[in-house]
Amino acid sequence: MITITGKSVFGGVSIGRLSFYKRKQRVIKRTHVDDVEAECTRFQEAKTTAAGQLKELYEKALADVGEANAMIFEIHQMMLEDLDYIESVENIIRTQEVNAEFAVAATADNFAQMFTAMDDAYMQGRAADVKDVSERVLNILCGVDEGIKQTEEPSIIAADDLAPSETVQLDKSKVLGFATMYGSANSHTAILARTMNIPAIIGLGEELSDKLDGQMAVIDGFTGSLYIDPDEETLALMQEKRREDLEQRALLEQLKGKENVTKSGQKINIYANIGNISDVGAVLKNDAGGIGLFRSEFLYLENNTFPDEEQQFAVYRQAAENMAGRKVIIRTLDIGADKQADYFGLDKEENPALGYRAIRICLTRTNIFKTQLRALYRAAVFGNISIMFPMIISMKEIEKIKEIIAEVQGELKAEGIPFREDVELGVMIETPASVMISRELAREVDFFSVGTNDLTQYTLAIDRQNSKLDAFYDPHHPAILAMIKMAAENAHAEGKWIGICGELGADLELTEEFLKMGLDELSVSPAMVLPLRKKIRECE
Amino acid sequence: MLGFKYTITDSEGIHARPAGMLVKQAAGYKSDIKIAKGEKSADAKRIFGVMGLGTKAGEEITVTADGEDEETAVSELEVFFKENL
Repeated sequence: MITITGKSVFGGVSIGRLSFYKRKQRVIKRTHVDDVEAECTRFQEAKTTAAGQLKELYEKALADVGEANAMIFEIHQMMLEDLDYIESVENIIRTQEVNAEFAVAATADNFAQMFTAMDDAYMQGRAADVKDVSERVLNILCGVDEGIKQTEEPSIIAADDLAPSETVQLDKSKVLGFATMYGSANSHTAILARTMNIPAIIGLGEELSDKLDGQMAVIDGFTGSLYIDPDEETLALMQEKRREDLEQRALLEQLKGKENVTKSGQKINIYANIGNISDVGAVLKNDAGGIGLFRSEFLYLENNTFPDEEQQFAVYRQAAENMAGRKVIIRTLDIGADKQADYFGLDKEENPALGYRAIRICLTRTNIFKTQLRALYRAAVFGNISIMFPMIISMKEIEKIKEIIAEVQGELKAEGIPFREDVELGVMIETPASVMISRELAREVDFFSVGTNDLTQYTLAIDRQNSKLDAFYDPHHPAILAMIKMAAENAHAEGKWIGICGELGADLELTEEFLKMGLDELSVSPAMVLPLRKKIRECE
Repeated sequence: MLGFKYTITDSEGIHARPAGMLVKQAAGYKSDIKIAKGEKSADAKRIFGVMGLGTKAGEEITVTADGEDEETAVSELEVFFKENL
């Protein structure tokens, strides 16, 4: 038995085989070939295989997500069959007498550049499609398998680290747990594991090597230990711990339908945070009073291109309808920093957390913002939707947002498309600046929601992606609590409500403190709704 | 050779999805199908060419067909543009 210790990001025990998440790894070299015709044939054969894969993907997508969303794989097939593309590859092979890999990579770069050079953000994003198609051909030429290979039986996914988009793509019904070499407790992947109720340990270090692929393992999310090839005694102990944990959760089930009220009668709303439309089920199952944070960026991260208005509208409408009149607070696009989508074509930044992200992208690339706002205002007809804006630092931004909203509403009106005018608008309190101007902000918006993760990172000047700093990262720092208190006082002074939608909202050690501050709402991951209700009912 | 002019009304222009549909449609004709926007012209059977025009809402394009089934091609393509773009 090997025991490796890391940092737990979600309590719970899971037992199963380790399955290593493998990424594509290859280097394209330019080599001279004598038989250029044979090389062209190699390319043609790889192309045929790629087309076959794309056809399968298209059919799978057709069944899973419908024709409109599946179309992208058909377009990929067309790109592959495009005569300009084929001629370019074959010309490079023939005239330069080089290998097919080099010719495909060079063609991909050229075609991607053609899109990047276009003066339209949407078309610039298409560069990602060309690269995607070419990657597929290159993988076939190099004999490299595709990235995600999940085993048939549910397993513990092990990796060096996982990008949020990689985590999202996994078939969650086959994931027992996560074990990663690196990563930080405050990364989005860790947050996702919590949302999905999946035991996870990060920062296990290099002892977690892919030689362990396929071994039996146990994740003890309470202690942060990973046992590989556990002996009988450990296994029995862990099985017992797992049973107890499940029992405890069953007990919590009894709290369903009960009020969130303290012994002295103080009430508070408990809502849930979600990152995907498929999480709405977990929100309802855990009896949350609403959705306090719907992270809309997942619509963008799961896509190969900007999600269009109809696609977004369908998702927001579904959330609103499923929640049947309960509040659904949708946060507008918060991409940038550690959440990246290739097709946005964002530059690499020295300091991404302080960079071009969230509302800053929306207010400069307004076509992206307007599409989302149109979808939101239209979907609001079907339920109780509120809109929340991230990363606010100034009143000017609020002014600009309101101008854009007026434009969007004017356009919808002119087009005769039904929408709801009086949608509640709120801002995220996640920068120290927003706290300092919270009194003025409160006059202009309907509610505040404190994003404690970013607020902590910006207040303490600690990069949440850097696991070396975890020791310095004190989420209970008095400065943070003072900030939340100040924002709460200012919100209430203007008759507005305030909640927390960051990780801190679920911190049971702070629940009493938050009740004292008079917060109106706490929004936590669905799995934390009932434990939090239990805690509140125990408070005086 | 036959042809027609059309002004794009779809707010996103000829984006990937309609470009794909157009290529599929054009591939069904024996005639050469060309789309021209200003100085630029593209083979409607080639997706990179069609997307490379970067046609946006409000822009006018000229579609031409040259070949044995040009009449059917032009009349059907005109319907296609009205319905999809």
